[in-house]
Amino acid sequence: MTRILCAAVIALFFGCQGKPAPESVVRLATTTSVQDSGLLDILTDAFQADGKYTLQAIAVGSGQAMQLGKTGEADILLVHSPDDEKQFVAEGYGTDRTTFLHNDFVILGPAADPAKVKGAKNAAEAFKRIAAAEALFVSRADKSGTHKKELKLWAAAGIKPVKAFYLEAGQGMAGTLSIANEKKAYVLADRSTYLAMKKNIGLEIVNEGDEALINRYSLILVNTAKFPKVNAGGARAFFGFVLSEPARDMIEKFGLDKYGRQLFFYDYRIKSDYQLK
Amino acid sequence: MGFIAEGFQKALHLILSGDSEMFAIARLSLAVSVLATAAAVLAGVPLGSWLAVKKFPLKKLLIALVNTGMGLPPVVAGLVVMLFLSRSGPLGFLNWLYTPTGMIIAQFIIALPIITALSISAMQSVDPKFYQQVLTLGASDWQAIKICLKEIRLTVLAAVIAGFGRLVAEVGAVMIVGGNIRHQTRMLTTATVMETQMGNFDMAIALGLILLALSFAVNLALTLIQQDKVRAR
Repeated sequence: MTRILCAAVIALFFGCQGKPAPESVVRLATTTSVQDSGLLDILTDAFQADGKYTLQAIAVGSGQAMQLGKTGEADILLVHSPDDEKQFVAEGYGTDRTTFLHNDFVILGPAADPAKVKGAKNAAEAFKRIAAAEALFVSRADKSGTHKKELKLWAAAGIKPVKAFYLEAGQGMAGTLSIANEKKAYVLADRSTYLAMKKNIGLEIVNEGDEALINRYSLILVNTAKFPKVNAGGARAFFGFVLSEPARDMIEKFGLDKYGRQLFFYDYRIKSDYQLK
Repeated sequence: MGFIAEGFQKALHLILSGDSEMFAIARLSLAVSVLATAAAVLAGVPLGSWLAVKKFPLKKLLIALVNTGMGLPPVVAGLVVMLFLSRSGPLGFLNWLYTPTGMIIAQFIIALPIITALSISAMQSVDPKFYQQVLTLGASDWQAIKICLKEIRLTVLAAVIAGFGRLVAEVGAVMIVGGNIRHQTRMLTTATVMETQMGNFDMAIALGLILLALSFAVNLALTLIQQDKVRAR
């Protein structure tokens, strides 16, 4: 018995080997919405298809993703927090910021809509009504792109959300949505995560369509001049892959079969001779 | 109530249909925790035995530190390992962050104090006169420790079971060091957290059941060895 166990341990050890060479590993820091919607899986599979690269995608909030960029921990970022992104590039941590994708945020709430948010003329008005009714609101509170957008909307509504009706979850989009669902609270969510979780939650869209609710995603290369350990070649390869026609087709088709609608809108104009070396 | 029963039903279906990704996750979980336990046993049992039999200054303080380590929060272990393995950290050149190797190191650090501390107390349960006697018969320190370990192997095995139980159920350290990357570092525990947050309770229950089954299988194997030895006495 002891021998069988020892043999099993050794077999496990060798089963664990086979780590790819460091230069073939591309580390992408991205947001939870890209993972939770399922987009990350199809991009990863397609990018790795030719066997040249392994994509290590870390799905965290945009704030944390940029933190991974600021310490040279990631090679490339796919994030959605435009103001922070501009600052990130201005401070010299990143280059080649390319906004290529968008979808939108939606304000979700319980079907009974206690704060009468339905019918608000825009997102700021919706937030005003939630605060006026002191209806529960769950915030990501994790410096993610969604959180930053939410803070902007509170500012536009002229409200400092610090009262007892405002819950700070400190979790990813899916975790925050689950809390809001259980507490029958209002919440700001990106549409892709909402659709991915719609079958599991009872919250409804109470406000959508405002220009202020647009959600823009960008790619940023981590500055190799600042961080020599960054896998520049691999990051360029992923950058080029995402900004290519096959990736565009995949992204535009994504969600049609499962949700009956397009989840992400590709707005980068691909140059036919786009070549990144 | 209905959705819980339905969740279990779907979970069983998922397990029986042999979802290949789910089994790859289970395999990785098992590999990481077993290897980390094995490494912690190789280091912790000799270390604990030595600490138990040797007399040296500050021995009590050191043992108190090891005992404190038994309660080391996995997230703290994960954070420290992450900082050391990060590219800007001192061990960044190894490229072990977000790999199974990194997760094994973090779990090793969690298990080491547990197995060391339990080895210390197991060794101290041996009559000191017995140890002295073996020494006077001409055995070296390590030979004497080996002989004593044979006497207490059942208790040491209990230490192994305790260490493995802690590791296979652990989520904080592997989440931080592994990053829950699909096909690479997604473990049963981290996948369960993710699926729960997504509201995919059937998948979460299925993963939880597999985790329980795995834990049971390993503990059964260890217990069989333990009980075999009881009979052999």
